[in-house]
Amino acid sequence: MNDRIKIGIPKALLFYKYGNLWINFFENLGFDIIISPDTNLETLEKGKLKLDDEACLSLKIFMGHVEYLIDKCDYILIPRIACLNKHEKLCTNFSALYDLTKNLFQDLPILHYNVDVDHHDSELFAFLDMGKELGFSYFDSMSAYRDALHYQKQQQTLKLKKQMEKLRSDNLKILMVAHPYNLHDELIGKQIQTLLEKEGVSVIYSDCYDESNLEEEAKVISPKSYWTYNQELLGAIVHYKKRVDGIILLTTFPCGPDSLTNEMCLHKIKDKPIINLIIDELNSENGLTTRIESFIDIIKEKKKRRNPVGK
Amino acid sequence: MENKKVISFPHLGNYYIPIKYLLNHLTHAEVVECPPITKKTVELGSKYSPDFVCLPFKYNLGNFIEALEQGANILMQAGGGCRFGYYADVQEQILKDLGYHFKFFCLNDKDHLTVTYLYHIFKSINPKLHFFKFAHYTLLTLLMINYMDRIDRIIRANIGFEIEENSFVHLQQEMWKNFTKKKHFITLTKSYFHYKRKMKKIPVRKEENCLKVGIIGELYTSMEPFSSYFLEKQLAKMNIEVKRFTDISYLLVTKRFKVKGLLKQIKKYCTYQIGADGMDNVARVKLLKKQNYDGIIHIKPFGCTPEIGAMPIIQRISSDLDMPIIFFSFDTQTSEEGIKTRLEAFYDMLKMRKEKKS
Repeated sequence: MNDRIKIGIPKALLFYKYGNLWINFFENLGFDIIISPDTNLETLEKGKLKLDDEACLSLKIFMGHVEYLIDKCDYILIPRIACLNKHEKLCTNFSALYDLTKNLFQDLPILHYNVDVDHHDSELFAFLDMGKELGFSYFDSMSAYRDALHYQKQQQTLKLKKQMEKLRSDNLKILMVAHPYNLHDELIGKQIQTLLEKEGVSVIYSDCYDESNLEEEAKVISPKSYWTYNQELLGAIVHYKKRVDGIILLTTFPCGPDSLTNEMCLHKIKDKPIINLIIDELNSENGLTTRIESFIDIIKEKKKRRNPVGK
Repeated sequence: MENKKVISFPHLGNYYIPIKYLLNHLTHAEVVECPPITKKTVELGSKYSPDFVCLPFKYNLGNFIEALEQGANILMQAGGGCRFGYYADVQEQILKDLGYHFKFFCLNDKDHLTVTYLYHIFKSINPKLHFFKFAHYTLLTLLMINYMDRIDRIIRANIGFEIEENSFVHLQQEMWKNFTKKKHFITLTKSYFHYKRKMKKIPVRKEENCLKVGIIGELYTSMEPFSSYFLEKQLAKMNIEVKRFTDISYLLVTKRFKVKGLLKQIKKYCTYQIGADGMDNVARVKLLKKQNYDGIIHIKPFGCTPEIGAMPIIQRISSDLDMPIIFFSFDTQTSEEGIKTRLEAFYDMLKMRKEKKS
């Protein structure tokens, strides 16, 4: 039992959404887990070589992470998620991810993980199949999955508590709207977060809120959007809109769903300062800093006018 | 005068003919086809579109603006597949913010096209519409589209070799006029066979081993000649036989029966569907190789997510099968000369390969 099987998980894309779930599931079954390190410029450089120029920046970063994991583990988890709810979809990159990686890196030991509710493959089945491939009975993987799910929920409530504390503070509050994989990425979201925090702004995350009436909230902005992840973002905007001072829409170039939903947000939200930041692989830090600083100045000015001195 | 209904819809190749036919019979409203796509349409569209949205969005938006300028007050848009399903929502919002007054109908419910939903839309435009009439003309239009696609396939294979210039185009236009006069399945079918016979009788100068090229790729650029800078016409001028897979009858009907079979054929490369037509395009490379085609042209608009996902796989399968392939990505600012030069180089390469083989 000394040399346990090692499973590699690229720290990109859906890791930021299901990371806790996956890690806990594999730990419950007794595997070693290797997670690729935070994104850096080298990761991006490696990913760029693999893909076409036009491909999504986050996808390039993902490929960089996969490249790091080669030869370091026995299995690499490449999730393929095509559909999470009936009549809803995800960006096609997620449904192509498995085949794309398989063809870009030949002879890669890939762990199957396929969620496609429209074709009757739910998340539970995905985990059961994964357990079977690794040699565990359905019963074992089922209990591991349940524990993992429980753990993930705990983590989520902890995060929510932190967020609520931030919301109660007197600082300037800005809602950062982006997919979790952009929001928490070292190269994309973190860079902007540090900029904002330097200015004394507390950042509210879009991936952390009470999603109990998500559908109704998302419908306020767009009744017909059918991308599950984008609906979550729209829901977050409506949920937090009244409690924050400004909204930043953060997108990587050229994200398909975001290009349309962001336009929709810009058209529909008129009562809050809103800015659309697009990040590509040639990002210049100076340009970003200037835009963010001027955005914060606008918010401060607006706040001053509403609450004149003396109050 | 305010209440007069004027319907319009965006262009997609020659398909404005059956759509206009359908609307004319079902709604009794005036149907205005958008002015043909020009550079001005594209400019108008891209002026009001988001920055990095894909190309068809800009074309359609330009179409809509021009149609609204001409007095249309009911607009129709389809959807499905990738980003295309969400076009309608955003376009409606953009046009409303521009200050136009109109009603907007999206023919699909989220990403599914259902008959009942379609019927409700037409019923709301024309309250007197009976379901049998709706069913009759919808099926008739589908049949007409199918016949048009079949004739198109014949034309594409032969138009590069015609002796008398434009003989195919003239006959095709005559056929369209004839089709739109028909009101029953039998007469339409008769007319189709009549024109098919005529098409085959048009004299051509075709050699046995002429160059054959297959076009694969995204659906809008495949079907709308303006968006691909009249690629098929340019190929015809070079005396090349062209085969194209994507047409409306494939997307609406044939595709759903073929998917599983295609996946089995390319098991080595694809385990799942890639989204939109990605997986189909990978399978088509194999099919074209089997049918002894000389080369493949892959076209897509800039930023088409499903095709970008499929491209590395297509590259791999074509290098495995030793099949020459060229990739075109069309943008609003693509230069026509650049495309021509690349196409000519590709043509020379194919020719040299063929001579080497024989």
